[in-house]
Amino acid sequence: MTKFFTLLGREIKSFFYSPIAYVVMCFFLFLTGFAFYIGVALLNRGPTDVTVVQAFFNTILFWIAYLLIFPLITMRSFSEEFKLGTIESLMTAPVKDWQVVITKWLGCVIFYIILWLPTAIYFFVFNWATKAESAHAAGAYAGSYLLLLLMGMFYISVGCFASALTKNQIIAAIISLVMILVLLFAGLLQYVMLDVSGQLRDVFGYFSAIEHMETFSQGIIDSRAIVWYLSMTTFMLVLTYQVFQSRKWKT
Amino acid sequence: MIKVENLTKKYAGFTAINNITFEVGKGEIVGFLGPNGAGKSTTMRILSSFMPATAGSASIAGFDVFEKSMEARAHLGYMPENVPLYTDMRVTEYLVYRAELKGVSGRRLKERVGDVKELCGLKDVENRIIGTLSKGYRQRVGLADALVHEPDLLILDEPTIGLDPNQIRSVRELIKNLGRHHTILLSTHILSEVEATCSRVIIINRGRIEASDTPDNLRRQLRGAGGIRLEANPGKDDGVAELQKIAGVKDVTVQVDGEWKLFLVRADANADLREEVFRLASDRKWRVRELSQRGATLEDVFVEMTHAE
Repeated sequence: MTKFFTLLGREIKSFFYSPIAYVVMCFFLFLTGFAFYIGVALLNRGPTDVTVVQAFFNTILFWIAYLLIFPLITMRSFSEEFKLGTIESLMTAPVKDWQVVITKWLGCVIFYIILWLPTAIYFFVFNWATKAESAHAAGAYAGSYLLLLLMGMFYISVGCFASALTKNQIIAAIISLVMILVLLFAGLLQYVMLDVSGQLRDVFGYFSAIEHMETFSQGIIDSRAIVWYLSMTTFMLVLTYQVFQSRKWKT
Repeated sequence: MIKVENLTKKYAGFTAINNITFEVGKGEIVGFLGPNGAGKSTTMRILSSFMPATAGSASIAGFDVFEKSMEARAHLGYMPENVPLYTDMRVTEYLVYRAELKGVSGRRLKERVGDVKELCGLKDVENRIIGTLSKGYRQRVGLADALVHEPDLLILDEPTIGLDPNQIRSVRELIKNLGRHHTILLSTHILSEVEATCSRVIIINRGRIEASDTPDNLRRQLRGAGGIRLEANPGKDDGVAELQKIAGVKDVTVQVDGEWKLFLVRADANADLREEVFRLASDRKWRVRELSQRGATLEDVFVEMTHAE
């Protein structure tokens, strides 16, 4: 277990040793801040039944900023080890393959959580400045941030998988971005496939991230989405483990 | 310490090592020689459990590197070729990290990290970021990393490549000192290094072991390879033509210096042709200034064994 935490510590620290962490944080806070501003501006236009929490998490700006961070966070996790050759010193130390895969993934998840923490301030500031409520109930905050965590875990596992495929960080970033966008677009299919059966549309709706966010930001915690994200994360981590092992056999 | 049996590794399209068998006993310092692409690094990577073999088996300290990989790795200090390091970490931090990964903990961790820094001369740079270190220091960090968990066995893949002569000498001294307490398998291209440090040499070529013996024995086997040096004035004779007629002579090269000629006669391995050359010279009434046997160096042995047919 000590080895596990040693590996995890190295993963988290490595973010802050490179400029990546600071660049991603600035970029991300700027974009989410902007998305929040747009959300507030929307509410200012006239009476509406959505809250700030809903308005913030359901704009196109939010999604653009949100989906871009995953390739940035995950692209170096395995690729850099392959490129530097440090994979050889790492995997000849007495550590197990699964420990490496899990700590790399978990390191990214922890960085992702750190990335999101400051955004909670937006809602405090809003409540304080407007004397109004950001959400109708505490559940809306809990739901939104729970979904962010679940989606983050899944998209990071996709990014880690892409990174385990190649020693080129750019290629890893492109693969993960495309995979994440394909998943997002698949969720949108339900709106265009109007002439197919309602059941098929429901299936696509089931894994639509946008739809999940609409539900969770109202404070409705949908267990189907929880099951979906947890099982897909596990699946992607198993795939990453397999790819990581096979990679070792080829070099 | 190391036991390799019928080890084979095939990559798509070619065989990197082909059915090799060798052993390295406790306390030996063994040099692993071979031209580029001979299979040295492949063998070392299999021994370090970095990749599996296609066939055959290898074990370290009695633990199979595939079946009991964790135990085998714990007994091994491995320094890969080109010494890959995390360039964003500081020297001490890196060594602590590596020691923890290798299961060193508590007070022993502090002691060991201090000891290896001392041993490898890293005290001056302990707080520097690895990325800013020179090649020589990085090499030492790699060596310190390999030593930090007090392994019984060290496998060093080209430990002195890319160093300047002073650094090579200091790393060589270090390896020699380590040899008192550790078993070492090192690969290198620098033959003088092997002569200076190793008690045994394994020469590998095209995935096969060509020889495994002490440097002295290898040189002795190949006495003729060094050749004979004859400085003579053959008068009206050509010299080269006559020398080539001697049985066992492989080739003769000549340098002309006025009426004197310097012949270098290369003979088949294990043949000493000095008497025949002398007889020829005295029969033909050549005036001779020098006749000597040039001893084979390890380089001759190496070239002889690994030269493409």
